[in-house]
Amino acid sequence: MDVFDRALALAGVFGPLSFATIGGGIAIVADAQRQIVDVHHWMTAAQFVDNFAISRVTPGPGSLLATLIGWQVAGFCGALAATIGIFGPTAFLIYGVAHVWRRHKGARWTRALETGLRPVAAGMILATVYVLMSGLDGGWWARAIALASTAIVMYTRVNTVLLIGAGAALLVVIHGF
Amino acid sequence: MSSAVHNPASPSPPRIVEIFNAFALVGLTSFGGGLSGRMLQDFVQQRHWIGEDDFFEGLALAQALPGVNVTNLAIWIGFRLRGWQGAAAGFTGIVMPAAMLIVLLGALFTALIRFPVTHVALAGAAAVAIGLTLSMAITAVKRLRNSFFRYVVMAATFATVALLKWPLVWVVLVGGGLSVGVEYWRMRNTTTATPD
Repeated sequence: MDVFDRALALAGVFGPLSFATIGGGIAIVADAQRQIVDVHHWMTAAQFVDNFAISRVTPGPGSLLATLIGWQVAGFCGALAATIGIFGPTAFLIYGVAHVWRRHKGARWTRALETGLRPVAAGMILATVYVLMSGLDGGWWARAIALASTAIVMYTRVNTVLLIGAGAALLVVIHGF
Repeated sequence: MSSAVHNPASPSPPRIVEIFNAFALVGLTSFGGGLSGRMLQDFVQQRHWIGEDDFFEGLALAQALPGVNVTNLAIWIGFRLRGWQGAAAGFTGIVMPAAMLIVLLGALFTALIRFPVTHVALAGAAAVAIGLTLSMAITAVKRLRNSFFRYVVMAATFATVALLKWPLVWVVLVGGGLSVGVEYWRMRNTTTATPD
């Protein structure tokens, strides 16, 4: 499979997923993992989790995970194809809506869309947690760090980038150099 | 006068390059979500590029429609400022510089991955990131406000995506379509009871 075939395949993975990014890009991570790891075998589950970690310490939209995966799988062409795939279709959608939107006319539909998609988004984010947790290396210590972080971020106002750095340092110390 | 260009404070809308730079700055200096709060502060309260009502209308739409909320919002604000050129500037501004940065970081970590400690450190970072995602999930579950129907939709989505590994697009189309239809029907019932 040459680079262009892979880039096309990446666009084929992320393009349809673009329409499923409801409640933020995190929702599609579970399905992206299934396609990248289980269907196409472009990387292992652990490598996928590595990339997820990098995407969390990079500023900007979290969906840039697609860009990073695209680059890992097929270089520049892959990064471009994955980025256009994940952002492009819905960009045209919101552009079209912004174009025809008249205030208050679509208010009920907006509310129905938002409340109706909420439980779907919640289920998808839970699925993302489950799938990433399954692919996470580092044993029970890593899982304990994950649960502790959930509690810390919910009950304190700690900076999340610092927390991620602390988690990395802690696991390195536990496992030794 | 075009209905697209809506500018409450300054007599002339910002230039294309200003729009690009403003969104690039937001994209490159925001970590771990919370970008919409940052944009409210930047574009409504400091630059006065867009009114508060316009902003929240755009935010509601950005959240309701599929697509990453912040890129949707960037397109909405950009379009309000300068039509399609503004939308393109907002979109590329928030995505492109950050995309280049993530590729650089990816290259850096790829170069370092031959040291085993790199993978351990990334696993530790990922563990925290997954923990943060779980807290997002808990917040999302709380927002369902104890509705049995919504819990069923959520559980069905989780089971089909995580356990049965059905393709996500179909789950969203069928489950989401059904759920949105039910909410729309519920709202119709309440609006006929209390006419506005």
